[in-house]
Amino acid sequence: MKKLLSRHETYVFLAIVIFSLIITLINPSFFTLENFLDLLKSYAFVGILAVGVLFVLISGGIDISFTAVATVAMYVTTVIMINYGGNIVTAFLIACLIGIALGLLNAAIIYFLNIPAIITTIATLNIYYGILTVLSGGKWLHAMPTWFRQFSGIRVLTLTNPAGIAYGLSIITVIWAVVLVVAWVILRYTTLGRGLYAMGGSMPSAQRAGFNIFFLTMFVYSFMGLMAGIAGVVQILLVQTAAPNSIVGKELDVLAAVVLGGASLAGGTGTLLGAMLGVILVAVMSNGLTLMHVPSFWYNVFIGLIIIISVSASALQHRRKEKRMITVEGE
Amino acid sequence: MTSKYSESIILGLVMVVVLILMLMLTGQQFFRVGNFQSMAFQLPELGILSLAMMVTMLTGGINLSIIATANLCGIVTATILTTYINPDTAGAGSWGIILLAIGAGLLTATIIGFLNGFLIAKVDVSPILATLGTMILLNGLAIVLTKGYVISGLPKPVRFVGNGLILGIPMPVIIFALCAAVMALILNRTPLGVNIYMIGSNPTATYFSGVNNTSILLKTYLISGLYSGIAAIIMISRFNSAKADYGESYLLMTVLASVLGGTNPYGGFGKVSGLVIALIILQLVSSGLNLLGVSNFLTIAIWGMIIILVFAVTYLSERYRERRQVA
Repeated sequence: MKKLLSRHETYVFLAIVIFSLIITLINPSFFTLENFLDLLKSYAFVGILAVGVLFVLISGGIDISFTAVATVAMYVTTVIMINYGGNIVTAFLIACLIGIALGLLNAAIIYFLNIPAIITTIATLNIYYGILTVLSGGKWLHAMPTWFRQFSGIRVLTLTNPAGIAYGLSIITVIWAVVLVVAWVILRYTTLGRGLYAMGGSMPSAQRAGFNIFFLTMFVYSFMGLMAGIAGVVQILLVQTAAPNSIVGKELDVLAAVVLGGASLAGGTGTLLGAMLGVILVAVMSNGLTLMHVPSFWYNVFIGLIIIISVSASALQHRRKEKRMITVEGE
Repeated sequence: MTSKYSESIILGLVMVVVLILMLMLTGQQFFRVGNFQSMAFQLPELGILSLAMMVTMLTGGINLSIIATANLCGIVTATILTTYINPDTAGAGSWGIILLAIGAGLLTATIIGFLNGFLIAKVDVSPILATLGTMILLNGLAIVLTKGYVISGLPKPVRFVGNGLILGIPMPVIIFALCAAVMALILNRTPLGVNIYMIGSNPTATYFSGVNNTSILLKTYLISGLYSGIAAIIMISRFNSAKADYGESYLLMTVLASVLGGTNPYGGFGKVSGLVIALIILQLVSSGLNLLGVSNFLTIAIWGMIIILVFAVTYLSERYRERRQVA
């Protein structure tokens, strides 16, 4: 119990429960399976990106460029899909390869040229996005192939609501779930995952403990790229439109969701559960405000307040812990 | 010492190369007075915002909320102005209200700076997280206040701030020069400045040498907020309006401009003069490309490449020198 109380995730979870209760009291349609499954579908995009961001944060790095990587992957995949056809597997394959390639380029700049990750990725964000916008002319693409449209409509589980409209567990949510399972296994059960935590905790220590920093850096940024690639396809599955300017600009929102879940920017900490709770909290807030008929422009005020409260609380908690350690040493 | 020396040489070289390149590409056009004047109107906003970013980076922090601060401050000023003054009939009697409105805007910015400073210095939140939170909050408040609309129609004297000329020099440039001079003065000639650099190099050592870190950090973010506010006044004056999402693309640019100017993103090093050179380089590039009819987006991509290039050259030349010394 005490261990549970000391965990950041517990508080995020409690916040979600309290908000859900308030929202349900005002509008009962919030607490329905239909709304819940709908949220799990529409937040798959943010959720998948959050997994990548979490990995980078754990390793002590940061990536701002993932929105541009996702945009490039999404756009190029769409162009190839429309002009040359293919199927859903090739679509994902192309997007993933683009994501990994751009991620590797980030990693190479960070590792070989010794440029701080935040500067590198701000620069590459502008490079990737700038070049794409120029080459594409900013044109929106709508003409998705039929097989692509059909795939996005697949439900793994179909139910009908009282009004007779079908709803269910979307294939998009399943993609998110698969990503989560893979990420969880990597973080929890592989040397790779342990290496990321070690590297984020202390780079020199990790190096002396025998972790290959070069490999870990390459892995973590290409993993972020991979997530961005998958998220890019998920985005077009969701909205059926590839717009060059639809994703860039949201990078700090995703970062905020991950940070809400307790990942620290200093590296070495953060859990998948926390990151996902962060995403869910943001989703519940946004959806709840709509269902409570609060004008949508209040959304940022609430999210901003929650972030400030959350980061302040964990800073104070951290400080108290440190103080306690000092008194113990003093005795 | 050598590294700093080589850095400013590289920056200077880059500036010359860019200038020659632009001249070769655009010919006479580039040296027209009009071109320089239009550059001079564009540079100050980004410049003052970059100063606001740079001062926090010197302490090893960052301020992601500068644009949101500027927009909220602009909205406060513009709301007061449009409520009490009709832009067409504004007479001599409106000066009091104009000063009040600008004062209120700058006060808002300072209060926001204090809030950031409080979160970072007192509560001990990491700067990037604290200012990410305030950024989203302020942005929200700005949208709530304006309901997403534009507030427009400012009185003439206010428009002069962003568009006027004094002796042929654009007002924004004069304000920017003043801001840069004051910042340089603070950083180089006051105890506060020395302490800002020291905290950026080693906060623990600074603390144990008897410096009140909390107060220094508070003041740093206060200054950052105030500078964002000054940029806001220029911005609303130039656009003759205020809105919740003006200048959002500036945020990451200010980080790049500071870093290109030699500010160490981990804190402790960086000069106002470096930042000014960097800003001139960036402005030369974008004006030159603009004359060539190159898309804005490509310009931004080229900015990104320049930054990586400058970093790469600095790093590789340092490594080369080290290796030669060892040999």
